[in-house]
Amino acid sequence: MPATRNDASVPTVAPPTLPRPPHAAAPHAAALNDDGPTVRLLSPSGEFIPSAAAEQYLPYLDRLTEADYRRFYRDMVVVRRFDTEAANLQRQGQLALWVPSHGQEAAQVGSAYATRAQDHVFPSYREHVVGMVRGLDVVDILRMLRGVTLGGWKPEEHGNFHLYTLVLAAQTLHSTGYAMGMTLDGSTGTGNPETDQAVIVYYGDGASSQGDANEALVFASSYQTPQVFFMQNNHWAISVPVSRQSRSPLYLRASGFGMPGVQVDGNDVLASFAVTAKAMDDARAGHGPSLIEALTYRVGAHTTADDPTKYRDPAELAYWVARDPIERFRAYLTGRGVEQEFLDSVEEEANDFAADTRRRALEIVGPEVSVIFDNVYAEPHPLVTEQKAWLSRYEASFEGGQK
Amino acid sequence: MTPSAASTAVTGTAASANLPMTKALNAGLRQAMLNDPKVILMGEDIGPLGGVFRVTEGLIKEFGDKRVLDTPLAESGIIGTAIGLAMRGFRPVCEIQFDGFVFPGFDQITSQLARMRNRHEGGLIMPVVIRIPYGGHIGSVEHHQESPEAYFAHTPGLRVVSPSNPHDAYWMMQQAIESNDPVIFFEPKSRYWPKGEVVYAESGIPLHASRVVRTGSDVTVVGHGAMVSVLLQAAEIAATEGITLEVIDLRSISPIDFGPILASVEKTGRLVVAQEAAGFVSVGSEIAATVAERAYYSLEAPVLRVSGFDTPFPPAAVETHFLPSPDRILEAVDRALAY
Repeated sequence: MPATRNDASVPTVAPPTLPRPPHAAAPHAAALNDDGPTVRLLSPSGEFIPSAAAEQYLPYLDRLTEADYRRFYRDMVVVRRFDTEAANLQRQGQLALWVPSHGQEAAQVGSAYATRAQDHVFPSYREHVVGMVRGLDVVDILRMLRGVTLGGWKPEEHGNFHLYTLVLAAQTLHSTGYAMGMTLDGSTGTGNPETDQAVIVYYGDGASSQGDANEALVFASSYQTPQVFFMQNNHWAISVPVSRQSRSPLYLRASGFGMPGVQVDGNDVLASFAVTAKAMDDARAGHGPSLIEALTYRVGAHTTADDPTKYRDPAELAYWVARDPIERFRAYLTGRGVEQEFLDSVEEEANDFAADTRRRALEIVGPEVSVIFDNVYAEPHPLVTEQKAWLSRYEASFEGGQK
Repeated sequence: MTPSAASTAVTGTAASANLPMTKALNAGLRQAMLNDPKVILMGEDIGPLGGVFRVTEGLIKEFGDKRVLDTPLAESGIIGTAIGLAMRGFRPVCEIQFDGFVFPGFDQITSQLARMRNRHEGGLIMPVVIRIPYGGHIGSVEHHQESPEAYFAHTPGLRVVSPSNPHDAYWMMQQAIESNDPVIFFEPKSRYWPKGEVVYAESGIPLHASRVVRTGSDVTVVGHGAMVSVLLQAAEIAATEGITLEVIDLRSISPIDFGPILASVEKTGRLVVAQEAAGFVSVGSEIAATVAERAYYSLEAPVLRVSGFDTPFPPAAVETHFLPSPDRILEAVDRALAY
């Protein structure tokens, strides 16, 4: 018998009471309803009005100090300014490409602060501020986009923030394997939150369609990995709306894999923090993997090579801009009595950060030609050795050395 | 545990044994697991069943399910999680059940595994072995008789090897696991069952060395995996006709050890390369090109290839017409000698 809307076995979502955003988010719009399953602590206008689904997450806010609140705000503002500057650098021919994170700052900052030093973070390629929170110098990200490296940093020296992966969802499997290793070598689930480790992996609504993302969820569930799948549903995979990736809310997929799934308002930094803090705690404690769908929006283009005006409704963009994560949190902080001087100082710091980014980006120098050959193999390989020597001789044969 | 102590653990006091390749591979895996607790096995049906070819038989009982992982049925998942495990310090050995089933994992092998060290600017190693039973002669169905080695040999960052006999299988498996680079380990499944002597005391030669397995002076013939026994049969027949073939077992497909091949061609002036794979853009093509570049003045005849045809592997009923046979190799030998 075909399932119907009234069939109790079919997950249903309450009809939206908020204005329904245009087409991209339409099948997912119900999740924006305060009476729905979405975990939200801050209203779009910045008032502390927890949704019904948020109740169990409220205790996690007790971990946050006043300084943490300010840090959340500071990081979101700084990375947005950094993001703008990097896009400018690309427009001026200084970067091959830029991958904007504008609009997704709350999902990223909140989730990043839910990790502990001993955890491992596997990003996709848009999680600049996650790297910043983990101790990465984000200019290292520009090195890859300026074409001087295929990587950019040593994860073990930068908060276990692993390299960007440009083939969508490939990193979900690496993260699951890494988490399997944590279980096999006994580094997790011992009951000591100071040392137990977990993994968080970032991917998106587009990548959720990849086989690798689904295989990672299968393996994670089978081996009960200490792992959080943090899916940023930014509603667009370049030009294709999330409705093409899924006809049902993506967090519901978790139950099919046998793990908890939760949908959070990804433009609410406090909710993103609280939901991820619980999931990571559970993972470290040996309770297995879970999936978080963070509802957010890619306000900018997919990359600087993209033109979203060709496929997006301006009304949809306006809907989401009105739910801007930074504006929302600023309103909340102001309501809490944070002084204007602090907000101004953050603006100033962001501008300084951007200027410093520009200066240092322009100082990035290219690698030696030998980078072509070095580190293809760990052990000597006759073909590579021979070709390296040949290129060196060939280029030395030109008058004045290298061609 | 010292290697010698571990060796005793595997082999008892015997200096050698007469084993089929499946048992030799099993002994090699077991030895590697005894030598290094970071060696783990992953794959479909490799636990209690011991793999569809029984290569891992008994290992889950001895080492437990934390070192022998019966995985979900997903090749990309196996390779992708093996990459993560290698990043964590493990040395995974993945079994792909059949040659034609590797392609769901192809992206993880070529886009991720092969490049991971390079992307990390040398900051990590990727000691992952991927075992792939391959090749025809077993009368099986589609996707079970393929020879896809050229795809992997064409991928920078991978090492690709294939033993032709039980002794090499035992040692090359251990050498592959000890390698800090990813190794695609092609096991010629038609050679799984014939027995051969495995000498436990020494490997003889490095993983990537090719080897002259029969000396001769008229024509050099080169092949790998199951093709080596076909070449040896051809050499036996040729000898009855007064023609001596020098047979070289390639053993390693990437890198290729050209030293013995070039030395042999300098002696014979003639080269025939045999392979089960389609000949177009193949391992044989690479050998022909390199020998033409480096031994031009030694050649008395064009380098000839004897390959599977440039078609999908056919229905098993006609596979003997598709696979290079001793007669087809001798036909090429005759052509080479006619120059």
